[in-house]
Amino acid sequence: MDAIFSSIFSAEFVFSVLRVSTPLIFVSLAALVVRNGGVMCIAFEGMMLFSALGAVIGSAFAQNQIVGVLLGLIMGMAIAAIFAYFVLVLNSNGVLTGLALNILGSGGTVFMLYLISGDKGSSTALKSLMIPNINIPIIKNIPILGEIISGHNVLTYVALLTVVFVYLLINKTPLGLRIRSVGENPHAAESVGIKVVKTKFIALMIGGFIASLGGIYMSMGYLPFFTRDMMAGRGFMGIAAQNLGQGLTFPTFIAALLFGSAEALSNIMQSLRLPSELMQMVPYIFTLVGLMLVGGDKNKKASKKEAKNE
Amino acid sequence: MNNVKDEYILSMENITKIYGNGFMANKNVNLRVKKGEIHALIGENGAGKSTLMKVLFGQEQPEEGKIIYKGKEVKITNPLVALDHGIGMVHQHFMLAPSLTVAENMVLGIEPKNKGFFDYAEAVRLTSEVSKKYNLPIDPNAKVKDLPVGYKQRVEILKILLRGVDVLILDEPTAVLTPQETDELFVQLRELRKQGYTIIFISHKLKEVKSLCDNLTVLRNGRVTGIASVADLSEQDISRLMVGRDVSLTIEKDSPKTKKTVLKVRNLTYKNSDNKALVSNVSFSIREGEILGIAGVEGNGQREISALITGLEEKQSGDIYLFDEEISSQSIRKLREKGVSHISEDRMTFGTVADASVEENLISDRFYKKEFNKNGLLDAKKIADLSNKLIKEYLVKCDSKNAEIKTLSGGNIQKVVAAREFSANPKLIIANQPTRGIDVGASEFIRKKLISLRDKGSAVLLISADLTEVITVSDSLLVMNEGKIVAYFDDTNDLTEETVGEYMLGIKHQTAEEIGGCCYE
Ligand SMILES: Nc1ncnc2c1ncn2[C@@H]1O[C@H](COP(=O)(O)OP(=O)(O)OP(=O)(O)O)[C@@H](O)[C@H]1O
Ligand SMILES: [Mg+2]
Repeated sequence: MDAIFSSIFSAEFVFSVLRVSTPLIFVSLAALVVRNGGVMCIAFEGMMLFSALGAVIGSAFAQNQIVGVLLGLIMGMAIAAIFAYFVLVLNSNGVLTGLALNILGSGGTVFMLYLISGDKGSSTALKSLMIPNINIPIIKNIPILGEIISGHNVLTYVALLTVVFVYLLINKTPLGLRIRSVGENPHAAESVGIKVVKTKFIALMIGGFIASLGGIYMSMGYLPFFTRDMMAGRGFMGIAAQNLGQGLTFPTFIAALLFGSAEALSNIMQSLRLPSELMQMVPYIFTLVGLMLVGGDKNKKASKKEAKNE
Repeated sequence: MNNVKDEYILSMENITKIYGNGFMANKNVNLRVKKGEIHALIGENGAGKSTLMKVLFGQEQPEEGKIIYKGKEVKITNPLVALDHGIGMVHQHFMLAPSLTVAENMVLGIEPKNKGFFDYAEAVRLTSEVSKKYNLPIDPNAKVKDLPVGYKQRVEILKILLRGVDVLILDEPTAVLTPQETDELFVQLRELRKQGYTIIFISHKLKEVKSLCDNLTVLRNGRVTGIASVADLSEQDISRLMVGRDVSLTIEKDSPKTKKTVLKVRNLTYKNSDNKALVSNVSFSIREGEILGIAGVEGNGQREISALITGLEEKQSGDIYLFDEEISSQSIRKLREKGVSHISEDRMTFGTVADASVEENLISDRFYKKEFNKNGLLDAKKIADLSNKLIKEYLVKCDSKNAEIKTLSGGNIQKVVAAREFSANPKLIIANQPTRGIDVGASEFIRKKLISLRDKGSAVLLISADLTEVITVSDSLLVMNEGKIVAYFDDTNDLTEETVGEYMLGIKHQTAEEIGGCCYE
């Protein structure tokens, strides 16, 4: 027990929370933008897998990180675009389409990986590059705070900036207002000349962009290579975090950090030789409990709303 | 010739609109509107009024016909074009995003910007400016979902005024308003007319048409059947034009023959999650063969009372007895089997399934019963017979029994609900706003039906925001204000709307003893 506590109350642990939370922050923000546009999208897992693989392939062949990031973004956003086309243009069911794309992500990335590297498990055979960690001058010398905040991967800082970006986008720009109005009452938006499909498409592409950054981080920062099914449900945890945050930016960010802490905790406990299968469950149990709490709250809210409406 | 043309700001000529399913909703319709008038567009449910206005606002494209606006032919391909020309529409159902503020809703689509960001302060300023200019006060920072209906409507009107329109289309704006809100709206509309705006006004309430409008166009079955100046017609004349026959606007009924007590409600109290009492300490009884009315401004607990009795809302304190049996813990199916019928005021949420067919909606309360099943399967023949019979008896205008409910007009949807609920051999009917949004002919039909069910021994609780209706149809009357019963009249014969109005608005109160008159064993 002491070992656990001393591990938790250390700067290292908090550092690792940020490290582990990075992909969750990205994908939960992506889910948030999309949800505000009123689209039910569960295809983030697939988007992230493709972007993670794209990043590895791009950086390995060009030996250039920027090319890696670009290819990752292109592949992830391609999945978002396919989703948008099916759901918004062909009017197919969003959940089924999302499910199909996630399965495509799981199988398709392994297939591509095998074609390119001859390996079905991971991309270690490819000499892919990493995105560097950076130390922040001055701050890095402050005790404790420096240890926590400085020395992260570039994308971790990008994730933190994305929080601010998404907040401004949704709440402070005309586009954000349109996304929200389309999400809430498409007929209302339409009646003042807002193009509903176009606006939802834009929201999905922004979401695809942000989620792809999360995928890229997984294979160019969190790990130095791609492994099959490496998202391990992060796409869904992002949706859960967004739900817990009720579609508001900062609460969603906090929820992502919470899930990240659970994962960091489970990492520590595994290293302390607690049964790892059990410990791996921790973040998912956390997610479930979180959703239960919000669900209960929502039910109450819904009946209250009804009462008010009449 | 030219002069005659100039007189009309807008004329729609030979408009024909055929929907995707082949239904012709408008046939060679002509509508001519003069500048600065309030022009009524009236007609039965499903006559094609909303369709014609959607064509004008660019939401539907006509198969034939042209629109001449300010002397020039215009092609209105979408709402944005209509707004650019200065034609704005307030829809039958609100077009607002509830969780956004008034100011945000106001500027949607024409957001003011400052360095690329949305300039909320400017949106607030613009809102206050139009609100002052037209003397329609509103709080720009309030969330739309927190506003009462009357104010939501005001936002809708301000929204199109902000866009600088000259012609306002109002599709049944008063259907959801209380009498007070309606009066207020009319003051505003008359003011707008004085300022030179042109208004097209759709309503089923003849009194409103009579008091507000200058000219009218009547549609029936998609065709124009009358154009007239309102001053030349009486309400009776207008209703004849609409329905094609004489409609009795008064109701004839025998005095009630009451028997056993059916429903007893005792000390019912219901609080919302903010702990505000929406229903407080309400007690009353209804007997067989009696219609008890509840009058009151909407939102004073009527919705909750009907939801509690019909099991849609969970009871908190008090008792509800049906034939001396406490029923509040029973499932809705059990209640229905015991003879409780319910016409909900929200027909799209609780009354019907929008994507299901007319037939499926007609049998949704009884499909599981033995008589509609054969060898473990639904008995298609019996069900078809019943649906066809009900469609005929209740004059539901629809393609066939297999038409989806959502393709019916509002009034016809209501008739489907009434047909199902009235044909279930009800012992107790909870009728909440049964004639809302329904044309005069169909309203008369539903009211008569309620009275004939009463004569056959059903007990009826009639909740209505329409004072004339609730006073004339009911045998005895409760008046509610802020969740409490403030008055009880055991006889409605000599009751006037003025008297009831005073209690409704909380100006007068009866004593507890007088109110207690509506409780018997
Ligand atoms: N999208 C649609 N597809 C097919 N038929 C439709 C559609 N919308 C309306 N209709 C049909 O067109 C007819 C006219 O409908 P409309 O809504 O214009 O009537 P209305 O005069 O506004 O009636 P109400 O007073 O009940 O609102 C109705 O019979 C309706 O069933
Ligand atoms: Mg209509």
